[in-house]
Amino acid sequence: MSRHTLSVLVENKPGVLARVASLFSRRGFNIDSLAVGPTEHEDISRMTIVVNVEELPLEQVTKQLNKLVNVLKIVELDPAQAVQRELTLIKVRADAENRSSVLELVNLFRARCVDVASDAVTIEVTGTPDKLQAFIKLLEPFGIKELVQSGMVAIGRGARSITDRSLRALDRTA
Amino acid sequence: MTEQMTGAQALVRALEHVGVDTVFGIPGGAILPAYDPLYDSAKVRHVLVRHEQGAGHAAQGYAQATGRVGVCMATSGPGATNLVTPIADAYMDSVPIVAITGQVASAAIGTDAFQEADISGITMPITKHNFLVINPDDIPRTIAEAFHIAATGRPGPVLVDIAKDALQAMTTFQWPPVMQLPGYRPVTRPHSKQIREAAKLIADAKRPVLYVGGGVHKARAAAELLEFAELTAIPVVTTLMARGTFPDSHRQHLGMPGMHGSVPAVGALQRSDLIIGLGVRFDDRVTGQLSTFAPHAKIVHADIDPAEISKNRHADVPIVGDCKEVISDLIAAVRNEDRKGDYSEWWTQLDAYRATYPLGYDEFEDGSLAPQYVMERLSAIVGPDAIYTAGVGQHQMWAAQFIGYENPGTFINSGGAGTMGFALPAAMGAKMGSPDTTVWAIDGDGCFQMTNQELATCTIEGVPIKVAIINNGNLGMVRQWQTLFYNQRYSNTNLQTVRRIPDFVKLAEAYGCVGLRCERPEDVDATIKKAMEINDVPVVVDFVVHQDAMVWPMVAAGTSNDEIKFARDMAPAWDSED
Repeated sequence: MSRHTLSVLVENKPGVLARVASLFSRRGFNIDSLAVGPTEHEDISRMTIVVNVEELPLEQVTKQLNKLVNVLKIVELDPAQAVQRELTLIKVRADAENRSSVLELVNLFRARCVDVASDAVTIEVTGTPDKLQAFIKLLEPFGIKELVQSGMVAIGRGARSITDRSLRALDRTA
Repeated sequence: MTEQMTGAQALVRALEHVGVDTVFGIPGGAILPAYDPLYDSAKVRHVLVRHEQGAGHAAQGYAQATGRVGVCMATSGPGATNLVTPIADAYMDSVPIVAITGQVASAAIGTDAFQEADISGITMPITKHNFLVINPDDIPRTIAEAFHIAATGRPGPVLVDIAKDALQAMTTFQWPPVMQLPGYRPVTRPHSKQIREAAKLIADAKRPVLYVGGGVHKARAAAELLEFAELTAIPVVTTLMARGTFPDSHRQHLGMPGMHGSVPAVGALQRSDLIIGLGVRFDDRVTGQLSTFAPHAKIVHADIDPAEISKNRHADVPIVGDCKEVISDLIAAVRNEDRKGDYSEWWTQLDAYRATYPLGYDEFEDGSLAPQYVMERLSAIVGPDAIYTAGVGQHQMWAAQFIGYENPGTFINSGGAGTMGFALPAAMGAKMGSPDTTVWAIDGDGCFQMTNQELATCTIEGVPIKVAIINNGNLGMVRQWQTLFYNQRYSNTNLQTVRRIPDFVKLAEAYGCVGLRCERPEDVDATIKKAMEINDVPVVVDFVVHQDAMVWPMVAAGTSNDEIKFARDMAPAWDSED
């Protein structure tokens, strides 16, 4: 098994997420992470899907995804050729005594403190999954009260855009 | 052209514009607005069925007999869910149908309103695509898109769910609408490099087989197939979905492959060194245990659906394209290839299989009727110009094995889904699509009891189909498995129809049909001839057959095709010929 990151361009229409998600579950794939949001074009949404799967079943699920009428394009992003980011918000126990230690970690990881209370701070951190895991591990001794993490988003390096051709397809039908 | 009208009128107008002449359905609350303008349509004939499942299968039969998109209509909630089985069936067998359902008013969607069901959610995994329409302005475009999607690429079912208020509201009708399907681009032109590669393998092969599936007829490529087969002299097997696509009487035809395939067809695939799969999906009923299927064969796999290629068996040469174009290109490529394959040794081996293991069956000493004999006589008397439909089970397999098909599309049955009750409504739809053709529904007594109420529709609408009930008093195929794999413990398979509950002759008469019964071999010909003479009303023939008749050959589920038995405990002696 290996991790694969799929960027899926879809029409921005109701029910598309359900179609994609149900296809994964029907074919027995566990989605590790999923992020959906708008793109530079209002008619196109982009999903970043991380799956842990062998090469051959991945090819099958990609082909099945391609058959969904609302799916415009699927690109598998090579981690070495892509920027991958997750966002995590963490509420950590921190009083006057140890707050400065927590803030030191925040600085080291280039995270940000977004809320402070008398006995806790809330930290925002972005990065690759590896970096976030390392950060969380160091915060654990202080006491993590609450944690929320986004799905991973990713974009290919270099000048090329994966939306170009799909945009042309949209223009033709508009 | 623009015109003000209700959403319902726009729906009917759109159906007229896409060329719909027949709709099978049942009205109800949410779809009622559509039935009012439908009442006035001079172009669209609505056939009032007795159960929505019948509407769906009739649309499938119509689609397969005509090559056009079949249409069924139902109301929200239970009306729509009754369409789920035929939609799933059409999905498995790639039959182009459009199902139109009424939905509760948009404001009530999601409130558990009366007769509300999330039918677009329910049918998501069993439709090629589906739509929920809540804006009347979207109706014409959605109908155009639905028919386009259903009919093109790999055909399949499309559901259009329309909220009641969208049907009632006013809209501006415009035709033709501009379709908005940027993500839908089926590939039909095969890649020339792959075609050349396939031609090379064909020239190199010693033991090639053309493995022909439903995709060839769906591409209307039977003529190209015949030319290609005769050009190359490669043996042909036709799957359950392809029976008739290559003439049974042709000397290159080895029969049907698979679980109940002929020994020559199954044996040829197993021993092949090159399988050219055309419009097939290497289904488990054909391959048997996948790991031991055709172990020495290279695979050329052509299909219009890229997801089918290498799904079950790795393709050495994948070809994505419409089978008509693929086969035409293959013909040209084979002609261009300087070398010619020599398959004479292969044919010697295959002819020996044919001589040693022809299809056969046992007659019963007590003089009772063998179901296979009924099929043979139907084939002889009714002939290959008729359309035959079947449901699922023993009767379906016997119909596939013992009726001689010469023309594409003349055997319409429930292949992938294996839906009981398919045959009768499908026959009704086929007959309405092809009124001058004799249509025989070959049905089991179990299957028949699932959808026989459509006999009322047939009688009232003037659709004189003929039904051959192969009545063995049991859920025969299940009973066969109990005989073979469950120590003859016949748990819940005896329907007791031999006790005449129901009396199928009386039941036929109650529906205004002619009912006939045949229990002895000597009466079969006269009964079939009598049925053939009646053309004003439907005819139902109750063929009472022996309950112990079994379908052979058989590859037990999950085992290798090499384990095929041509009769109980009788395995072919492969090695003596190899």
